Amino acid sequence: MPDIPIRQFDSLIIGAGGGGLRAALHLSSADASVAVVSKVFPTRSHTVAAQGGMNAALANVLPDNWHWHMFDTVKGSDYLGDQDAIEYMCRAAPRAVYELEHFGVPFSRMDNGTIYQRPFGGQSQNFGGDQAARTCAAADRTGHAILHSLYQQNIRAKTHFFDEYFAVDLLKDEQGCVLGALAFNIHNGEPVIIEAKTTLLATGGAGQLFRTTTNALINTGDGMGMALRAGVPLQDMEFFQFHPTGIAGRGMLITEGARGEGGYLVNADGERLMERYAPKAKDLASRDVVSRAIATEVREGRGCGPNKDHVMLKLDHLGEAVIQKRLPGIRQTCITFLGIDPAEAPVPVFPTAHYTMGGIPTNRQGQVVIPVKDTPEEPVPGLYAAGECACVSVHGANRLGGNSLLDILVFGRAAAGHIIDYLAENRYHRKMDSNSLESALNRMQRWDRTGNGDGESVSVLRDELKAVMENHCSVFRNEEVLSEGVNKVEQIAERFKHARIDDRSSVFNTARVEALELENLVGVALATIHSAYARQESRGAHSRIDYTERDDINWMRHSLYSLGGGVDYKPVRTKPISVDSFPPKARVY
Amino acid sequence: MKFSIYRYNPDIDKKPYMQDFELTEVEPGMMLLAALLKIKDTMDESLSFRRSCGEGVCGSDGMNINGINGLACITPVASLKQPIEVRPLPGLPVIRDLIIDMDQFYQNYREVKPYLIVNDPMPEVELPQTPQQREKLDGLYECILCACCSTQCPSFWWNPDKYLGPAALLQASRFIEDSRDQATEERLSALEGPFKLFRCHTIMSCVQVCPKGLNPTKAINDIKKMMLKRSL
Repeated sequence: MPDIPIRQFDSLIIGAGGGGLRAALHLSSADASVAVVSKVFPTRSHTVAAQGGMNAALANVLPDNWHWHMFDTVKGSDYLGDQDAIEYMCRAAPRAVYELEHFGVPFSRMDNGTIYQRPFGGQSQNFGGDQAARTCAAADRTGHAILHSLYQQNIRAKTHFFDEYFAVDLLKDEQGCVLGALAFNIHNGEPVIIEAKTTLLATGGAGQLFRTTTNALINTGDGMGMALRAGVPLQDMEFFQFHPTGIAGRGMLITEGARGEGGYLVNADGERLMERYAPKAKDLASRDVVSRAIATEVREGRGCGPNKDHVMLKLDHLGEAVIQKRLPGIRQTCITFLGIDPAEAPVPVFPTAHYTMGGIPTNRQGQVVIPVKDTPEEPVPGLYAAGECACVSVHGANRLGGNSLLDILVFGRAAAGHIIDYLAENRYHRKMDSNSLESALNRMQRWDRTGNGDGESVSVLRDELKAVMENHCSVFRNEEVLSEGVNKVEQIAERFKHARIDDRSSVFNTARVEALELENLVGVALATIHSAYARQESRGAHSRIDYTERDDINWMRHSLYSLGGGVDYKPVRTKPISVDSFPPKARVY
Repeated sequence: MKFSIYRYNPDIDKKPYMQDFELTEVEPGMMLLAALLKIKDTMDESLSFRRSCGEGVCGSDGMNINGINGLACITPVASLKQPIEVRPLPGLPVIRDLIIDMDQFYQNYREVKPYLIVNDPMPEVELPQTPQQREKLDGLYECILCACCSTQCPSFWWNPDKYLGPAALLQASRFIEDSRDQATEERLSALEGPFKLFRCHTIMSCVQVCPKGLNPTKAINDIKKMMLKRSL
């Protein structure tokens, strides 16, 4: 074995966003030794950018219960979500919120001192009745408030952090047990083996697949890339959420809470466009519905602006006081990036790449599950995933706003709970397989060699990949556009083998980090476009203009893309834990 | 558009130097971060800086821009005098180019016990807090730990290991002001002495540079007032 320092922990967590930090806190509090590896300082993680809030049926504002929340989530998922996981999440939601409040999250408050909740898209009372108000909010900075509080609690719990370390690949033994990861310290380029009895991937989404995105530059699907290379397929990757209200052309997120507080969309004729697409829920229909409506308005020539390429989000009627109290963050963002104060003028918006519904397949305990022979869901020993990088699947084909913060907290904690059980039964570290280490080392050291490639630069390939994904795998899709896209992404994957960087320095080499990130992103792009090409129906965020209907007979199933192995499928878990299943119905808002 | 950027790579450079770059294409509304990314992608991939969200909420890309600390991602280049001089945040060791070693900054943050302390048994629901009590946290909880304030503060430059600095003290205030927190006495006692808090000389550089429009000086003065009240 090469001479690389080894650190041993009970549990390794890769990623320090909300999911990773929630799991770390649970494990630290249970006296397990935990290492959290993050390529950025924890509070830079993308959870910080979540705005609107977190769903839980607290009924602080309007009547509510978890079963209604469950119905909305199943319907929102266009019946692709696994109903056992959804029941688990919706039942766990109130407790998850109260825990956060006890951790110090500064939630906005009602006059009676309870947590403030706002209406969000796709929410209803009584299984499809009146609008609900289920989203617990800290103004429009809920993600920031949650991430900072979780990090602070981890300081209290003395969790061990490897800040600014980049995880390269998972390490395994010959039986396929996952035993930790190879990482390197970005500060000096030194590799380290982190041995752990369990490894939790909590690396977030892959919004950098697209040119215009609400996502941070760090959202490069690293954990998904690592999983693919470790032989784990990615599930439901064709379902990528386009948020209806990114700032047009630039991508900054304007929270759905803006519509929850009473904002609405208008087209070039000044018409409230959502009245035509969702007569009842209007601007608070599901995100896939609103995004398609905006894209359709623009395609049919009713877009605003000189290029007729966006619609307007109107907020000024809410008055400055409400905007400043409930939406101060997006007000600032609009002023900074557009020079527009939403208290005075409408904001130009367009659907923008936002959220990876698919990911690493897990069960509701966070265990990564893969098909083995006749079993579709066999746990990979020692490997867990939670949050946006995982696919439990609670979001199915379309995630409801306010359910992603909930997902990371509920399943970060659930994974940690199962890890504690696993640690009790697996008390000792297993022996590492040197082959698995060598391939990880090779991947990392490729970029250190002089003349590491004779091809194009990493940035050129990355920009091209993002443009291809935007042009070939966007809100509306068809066979021709997707098949061209498949070819182009495959070509980029091939060209990446010859990609080069010229910076070979050891100290804070960001060019090397970006090269490793692009490798992950290419894997995720292959999974996304292949799965999208294969699925011949329209469901949730996957809209085929050549297959406009949902096809429950042939396609109510999860896709599984493996590197080099193409797309396979497994059934949706339609049976909840304790209640009756919600059978697929036409989805009307 | 002309840029003069601080460069230092300890692998190859004996000492730091300023390097000139020129961008011919500058889109309207371009932020400094976009300009730096363009320089990195098209001219010199070895140019190193931290960045993440690109919209002023993650706090990664604090840097010294024409002498004033700020976030590159929300600083429009059109507003800046050329050549735009970009340096790392001052007062902490430079690791490489625009990247500083923030260990001391984070250590000071940890020192104020930046977490809610409740000694009573927890209820099964939320701890109650009125909207008025919650409002006291506005202007405190929004800190993004970018370090623009502390590294613009002369008192912090002189004694970064003794004076906690505006960012850490703002956090101290965030928990002292929280109606749910039960460790006010302990928090105030921990700030006694000539350095940790009282090195603040109300220079107010922190207020000037805070990219989130927060007011650490006011927070520090509020703590001072509470300490005074307590000693009477």
